[in-house]
Amino acid sequence: MSGRAQAMQVEGETSNLPFIYRQYEREQLLDALRKMHLIRRFEEGAEECYMRGLIHGTMHLSIGQEASAMGICMPLVNEDQITSTHRGHGHCIAKGAEVKRMFAEFFGKTTGYCAGRGGSMHIADVSTGNLGANGIVGGGLPIAVGAALTAKRLRTGKVVVCFFGDGANNEGAFHEALNMAAIWKLPVIFVCENNGYGMSTSTARSTAVANVADRAAAYSMPGVIVDGNVLSEVAEASHEAVERARRGDGPTLIECKTYRYRGHSKSDRNRYRTKDEIDDWMTNRDPIKRYEAQLIEFGIATSDELEAIRGSVQQEIDAGIEFAKASPMPSIDGLADNVYTLEA
Amino acid sequence: MNAPVREISYSQAIQEAMAIAMEADERVILMGEDIGVYGGAFQVTGDLVDRFGSDRVMDTPISELGGAGVAVGAAVTGLRPIFEFQFSDFAALAMEQIVNQAAKMRYMLGGAVSVPLVMRFPAGSGTGAAAQHSQSLEAWLGHVPGLKVIQPATPHDVKGMLLAAVADPDPVMIFEHKLLYKMKGPVPEGHYTVPLDKAEVRREGRDVSIVATSIMVHKALEAAEVLAGEGISAEVIDLRSIRPIDRETVIASVMKTSRLICVYEGVKTLGVGAEISAMIAESEAFDYLDAPILRLGGSETPIPYNPELEKAAVPQVPDIIDAARGLARGVR
Ligand SMILES: Cc1ncc(C[n+]2csc(CCOP(=O)(O)OP(=O)(O)O)c2C)c(N)n1
Ligand SMILES: [Mg+2]
Repeated sequence: MSGRAQAMQVEGETSNLPFIYRQYEREQLLDALRKMHLIRRFEEGAEECYMRGLIHGTMHLSIGQEASAMGICMPLVNEDQITSTHRGHGHCIAKGAEVKRMFAEFFGKTTGYCAGRGGSMHIADVSTGNLGANGIVGGGLPIAVGAALTAKRLRTGKVVVCFFGDGANNEGAFHEALNMAAIWKLPVIFVCENNGYGMSTSTARSTAVANVADRAAAYSMPGVIVDGNVLSEVAEASHEAVERARRGDGPTLIECKTYRYRGHSKSDRNRYRTKDEIDDWMTNRDPIKRYEAQLIEFGIATSDELEAIRGSVQQEIDAGIEFAKASPMPSIDGLADNVYTLEA
Repeated sequence: MNAPVREISYSQAIQEAMAIAMEADERVILMGEDIGVYGGAFQVTGDLVDRFGSDRVMDTPISELGGAGVAVGAAVTGLRPIFEFQFSDFAALAMEQIVNQAAKMRYMLGGAVSVPLVMRFPAGSGTGAAAQHSQSLEAWLGHVPGLKVIQPATPHDVKGMLLAAVADPDPVMIFEHKLLYKMKGPVPEGHYTVPLDKAEVRREGRDVSIVATSIMVHKALEAAEVLAGEGISAEVIDLRSIRPIDRETVIASVMKTSRLICVYEGVKTLGVGAEISAMIAESEAFDYLDAPILRLGGSETPIPYNPELEKAAVPQVPDIIDAARGLARGVR
């Protein structure tokens, strides 16, 4: 419990405060907020560029799910690794990537994280431990287990977080990966971001158990359910799972119940859910609004300070888009670069 | 055929074929991810769920291996499933059931069963969806005896070939280029079939045969038009099926023109072009060749995200024109 937030409103009541306010310094708490804003504004910026025809292809926005990405990454250090999903912008930013290089990737530029070869669906920043988003649902699950195997064999002390959606829990890869992580006691944390739907298919229609976390029992690991829109709850579950993994006690499955505001991808008629449902989540359970309200309630920041954070985020976004626009396009000659490690 | 003909899109033609098959035969069911209320990732099933109900237009969980296997099991026991992969790339997850089970079951059981299964694979690049959503994997499946593998290039053909596929007792794999879905063309109303094993000469010519598949048929036709203006008469053959391949049509064309270009989007080496070239080299048409055979295929790379690189990764109209000009001039 070292490093608790300093600016507590009521002296002596800190022990009743939610986890993160006991665990982290004020600066870290505000940095988490800043990153949540950065994720949201990044995605809004990307969406806008997409609508204006500046970005091609497709993208999957995680707006509404910021607390899950951020809360899970709070206990991680730079060397820890993650595998991410098609809805992976938030994971990438929460793990420490720079938005300007993400924008550059979306614009297909050489300065992008994947040199313009990957785009949104393959965004990665290996230098901050992000092994990559994935175009294949469930594709990252066994890969995370492999990364955890490396951590264990080479005694690197790293833990690996594997993000996946509720839809992925019906892929064979999910079941095979969890089983192997458990039998080999690997330092991996499976994080299901359950936003209620895999594309148009609700978990009720796709999944035979009420909670994805219920499936942890089949693989003899803890299954933890948290409100994925409450930063502190997510961070607390992540913290415990990270400690367990670092101790060598094996994997944990965390299920973050959350919601995506936007359609599945660029095109979505939302025929599988109601407007009321979407409005309810947006108005009553927004992860950023809820976190900001707590920061003020607990006297950690003033509304002016929060406003300043939003302003600085906006500047970073604007600068990022400018950077992306000004960056060079790859040359056609480089089409076959990096198919192999050793060029012929 | 006297049925009225209208202009409809390739995806509408598929939807119409599925509806006709379902009307005609209770055993026909559709399976796939988000093909119900969502209407399919490319809106191919559209509103069919409203018409036939969710018992026959079944949303599967995201379980390609399991879903494909359920379709195989249903087919072998009396249903006629049409299984949609959301993108052909995801068939990689289901290879076990397609390659080891569906393709071989009849053979392994000494002919005791059939697997009347249709699988649909939205394929190809050009949508900016990058390396895991843009592949042309038809040659993979073309390599597997027991499967039939087709690539209809027009709304007319996709409807007729899909109806032929549903009626066929063996597993038929249909590769549909995503950029064709919105393409319109004349399609007769009602039921008709197009054979699963016949190529079609789309444009007659004397100087060079261009054998193309799927979207490349349209690029080849565009190229042929330009070439005609230069006095080069190109014959364009739409291969339509890669397993089996219609040898007669291709061989006859090459014997007429003495020059051959194969154009396809899949990776160039070890693909459809290699097969056509070898087939000609082994055939009576070999002696008629006046020039080396040329293959224009996808680059030896994954499909990149950047739009300019993406275009460069697959044959384009100018590439076909250049290749044909070179051959016609007697230079490579
Ligand atoms: C193997 C595979 N099957 C299907 C798809 C198409 N697809 C992309 S995302 C998606 C839904 C995934 O749902 P979920 O795992 O809940 O993640 P979410 O989109 O809700 O974040 C589908 C069906 C895919 N990319 N890969
Ligand atoms: Mg989901």
